Amino acid sequence: MRTIAVDQIRDAICRMVRRINIEYPDDIRRCMETALQKEQHPTARSTLQFLIRNAAIASEERLPICQDTGMTVIFLRVGQDVHFTGGSLRDAIDQGVAMGYEQGYLRKSVVDDPLFERINTRTNTPAIVYTEICEGEQVEILVGAKGFGSENMSTITMLKPAQGIQGVKDAVLSAIRQAGPNACPPMVVGVGIGGTFDYAAMLAKKATLREALHSEDPRYAALEEELLQEANALGIGPQGLGGDTSVFRINIEHYPTHIAGLPCAVNISCHVTRHAKEVL
Amino acid sequence: MKHLQLPLSIEERTSLRAGEMILLSGVIYTARDAAHKRLNELLDQGKELPLPLQDQIIYYVGPTPTPPGHIYGSAGPTTSMRMDAYAPRLYDLGLAATIGKGYRTPAVVDACVRNQALYLVAIGGAGALLGKCVTNVKMIAFEDLGAEAITRLTVREFPVTVAIDTCGNNVYATQGANAGNR
Repeated sequence: MRTIAVDQIRDAICRMVRRINIEYPDDIRRCMETALQKEQHPTARSTLQFLIRNAAIASEERLPICQDTGMTVIFLRVGQDVHFTGGSLRDAIDQGVAMGYEQGYLRKSVVDDPLFERINTRTNTPAIVYTEICEGEQVEILVGAKGFGSENMSTITMLKPAQGIQGVKDAVLSAIRQAGPNACPPMVVGVGIGGTFDYAAMLAKKATLREALHSEDPRYAALEEELLQEANALGIGPQGLGGDTSVFRINIEHYPTHIAGLPCAVNISCHVTRHAKEVL
Repeated sequence: MKHLQLPLSIEERTSLRAGEMILLSGVIYTARDAAHKRLNELLDQGKELPLPLQDQIIYYVGPTPTPPGHIYGSAGPTTSMRMDAYAPRLYDLGLAATIGKGYRTPAVVDACVRNQALYLVAIGGAGALLGKCVTNVKMIAFEDLGAEAITRLTVREFPVTVAIDTCGNNVYATQGANAGNR
């Protein structure tokens, strides 16, 4: 049994939300540089150069990369031998988010009731929290800050099993085409295949935050690569103004499903796909 | 890249073509979802608006709070489509241009043609770079809306691309994913 004070979780989350809003993750930074080397379209090249300059200004001036500093999404993997002390874990998570957004001069973009009053909570809380219990005595915290220009362009399709691989490809490419300039391309696309209606959407979100370049399953890794090439052939380009760079990454996560179903969720994310992971 | 001083004359507006990248210097006003709703309500009630529209530009933005030692926070464009319900009315009252990102409805294209006005797009997600183009900020109205308040910004060499020109040419129909489909 290992004891972890909830304040440690709070402080880690505060640290991470501040950092990811100012510094691009290394994987996305590399995607941007590689894209600039390959891109032929003049408008696309100048847009990518602006994005690289923006990244440098954000880092030097300690200003957020984007003004939509997102709704905080947290995936916690908690070892079953961990005992939390010092108060409520859920409260500590929201305290970490609130502290980070206040101290980091980040925009608070969360409203309390989604339908009626829509009053800003002024803390950027509550966060969206997924908790998974696993073996061991560590706590893994994966944090994302999801902007809604791209979130609004996400889709879920309950495919029929007979639609198979082609059905998945059509669903993914159609979502990307629809998203176009609204999603701040070059996009990062998370795809969740299998599970249930809700679980596929959760997998798609998790896929956007994945660091590993490819799925561990070679069949899914090949599909990711194939989709990436087809998506970039759509010609959307950075900011939707045309070009060869429409999508930086397509990440697929999958899970067993029912004999009658093939859920396919597509979570669209922008070129500022912010994510960080810490293990306590 | 063409460098233009604001406000834009009719001649300057009609000389610009969809797809052209330009730099703007001068005054622009900020307003997004909640501010548009209030402006529309004021117009319905026949009341005066808190900002001038004639030959002016509205920038769809909700910036981050300004950190100490800075003039403005991070300030990239938000998705324009959400303002489409209100935009034609404001163009008809003299607005020269709006700045945002992404698609517009045909009603906005028509409003641009009718009023010899423009729809400009700034680089989505380049908030730090665009925020640094702001040299002065003045609160104008709806301060209670926080990031959604209406402010008057002075900008220097603010980069935008003409997305819809005064002839109704639409950059998203000629470049990008929909080229050839429309």
